[in-house]
Amino acid sequence: MSATGKIIRTNEDIRNDFPLIARSGYAYLDNAATSQKPASVIEAESSFYTDHNANPMRGFYPLSLDATAIYEDARKSVASFIGAASSDEIVFTRNATESINLVAYSWGLNNIKAGDEIAVSIAEHHSNMLPWQMVAKATGATLRYIECDTDGTFTDEELMRTINNRTKLVAFGHVSNVLGRCNPVRKIIDMAHSAGALVLIDASQSIPHMKIDVMDLGADFLAFSGHKLLAPMGIGVLYGRRSLLDDMPPFLMGGEMIESVRRDGAKYAEVPHKFEAGTVNAAGAAALAEAIRYISDIGYEYITNRDRELTIRALEALKRTDHVHILGSIDNEDHNGIISFTIDNVHPHDISEILAGDKVCIRAGHHCAQPLLEHIKTPSCARASIMFYNNEDDIDRFTESVANIRSRLGWE
Amino acid sequence: MDSRSFYNEILTEHNMRPYYKHDIDDPDLVLEGVNPNCGDDIWLKLKLDGDVISDGAFTGDGCAISQASADIMLGLVIGRTKDEAIRLVDIFTRMIKGGASDEEIEELEEASALRDISHMPARVKCATLGWHTLEEMIGRK
Repeated sequence: MSATGKIIRTNEDIRNDFPLIARSGYAYLDNAATSQKPASVIEAESSFYTDHNANPMRGFYPLSLDATAIYEDARKSVASFIGAASSDEIVFTRNATESINLVAYSWGLNNIKAGDEIAVSIAEHHSNMLPWQMVAKATGATLRYIECDTDGTFTDEELMRTINNRTKLVAFGHVSNVLGRCNPVRKIIDMAHSAGALVLIDASQSIPHMKIDVMDLGADFLAFSGHKLLAPMGIGVLYGRRSLLDDMPPFLMGGEMIESVRRDGAKYAEVPHKFEAGTVNAAGAAALAEAIRYISDIGYEYITNRDRELTIRALEALKRTDHVHILGSIDNEDHNGIISFTIDNVHPHDISEILAGDKVCIRAGHHCAQPLLEHIKTPSCARASIMFYNNEDDIDRFTESVANIRSRLGWE
Repeated sequence: MDSRSFYNEILTEHNMRPYYKHDIDDPDLVLEGVNPNCGDDIWLKLKLDGDVISDGAFTGDGCAISQASADIMLGLVIGRTKDEAIRLVDIFTRMIKGGASDEEIEELEEASALRDISHMPARVKCATLGWHTLEEMIGRK
């Protein structure tokens, strides 16, 4: 027990919360692709089906009312976790990709016109780029790319060049999934608002590592996936300001998003249910609520400290290794647990294959960010990404294995 | 599959010092082969003397498996007829899927070093890139 009465848990205790981490022997360093799940989250998902399964918002019997309550309580958990004014501002989706598409189809196609501009950072994951390419093509608007320096910095000059009074929307990732750089989103939001534009923030890579407060940021829309935040695959979140959501037409049509339907039309439900057509992923939402409880319990202070320690350990070892080149900033503090790199004469797929043989899991390829890699003149790269449940042994196994790759391929 | 044993001497040697990775003048057949997901990209170039593949080379970029496999393939098929080459492509493709006999695999000479790819589904496309490109160039017209 600490002085405040809180039970202090060691990294080993935390690792034991994650069955796959505790049992598999993998050094799992592909957390930016998806996180591992603690037993309590897996249990929350399965207990929905074993104890509470009924279709939420459909039945009038206690089981269905119970399922509805679990689903709506999860919405409240998300709202309070990200500082939303009301749980009506939280729309459950499948993932961040669906959240962004919802905004593009519902808000974008109805509010953006020929001659308008959409400003998107060149560092975006394809999920926050392709929907805006689609909106620009469909409406005749101009898509403008906000370009970063090779270390991932977006300069004020570049932001001022690309955001102007024709800009209707700025779409920006909070933390780059390739470079790990945390972007100055509050400044970008202020600039966009001054120009009369709305801002969509993709928080997929930031929310597992840092506290997000949508009111504090001033974001108009914010999207993230549950599965990178310890929750199961198939549950995601769109936050939207209530006044914006109210005026947006539904994205998908069907059951559960209506008040009444007649032969010649329908009256849609209020937000957020207007955007949740069809049977919802209530078990996923319940598990996301448990993931949020787990993260809150650990606390972002512990998480960011641990990310930082492990990131520095990995970066320092890689910097001492000849022929290894780290993408993005040379400053260890700019990586937020994400380390992308190349090795001279070794293709990233061979890097990940050889690490796999050592039970080290990393990602290789273009990381769904081809325009960024082209911009920084790197055809593809390998990426290790850290979570608070990783330990020093994971990092050392990774960096030692990397140090041996060239000799294993016969280069030295 | 342990990658330590998979990245064997044959494979690393053909990756580091490919014999056929260069350009040739006036090729009779040229075709690009691409794996869009991983970015392996080769240009295969062949010279024909009647029905016989008299010379060949490739250029491009990709992982060690795609590059070494293309290099090994050219060493195997140069000097053979198109029909013989197609038969070897067929054996190689079946070996990768785990469906070739030991006698057949023996005919593949150094390419048999890639037989364990059948346990590495993510890398099958890398290993077969050159072979599929060859098949498309000279096969079933």
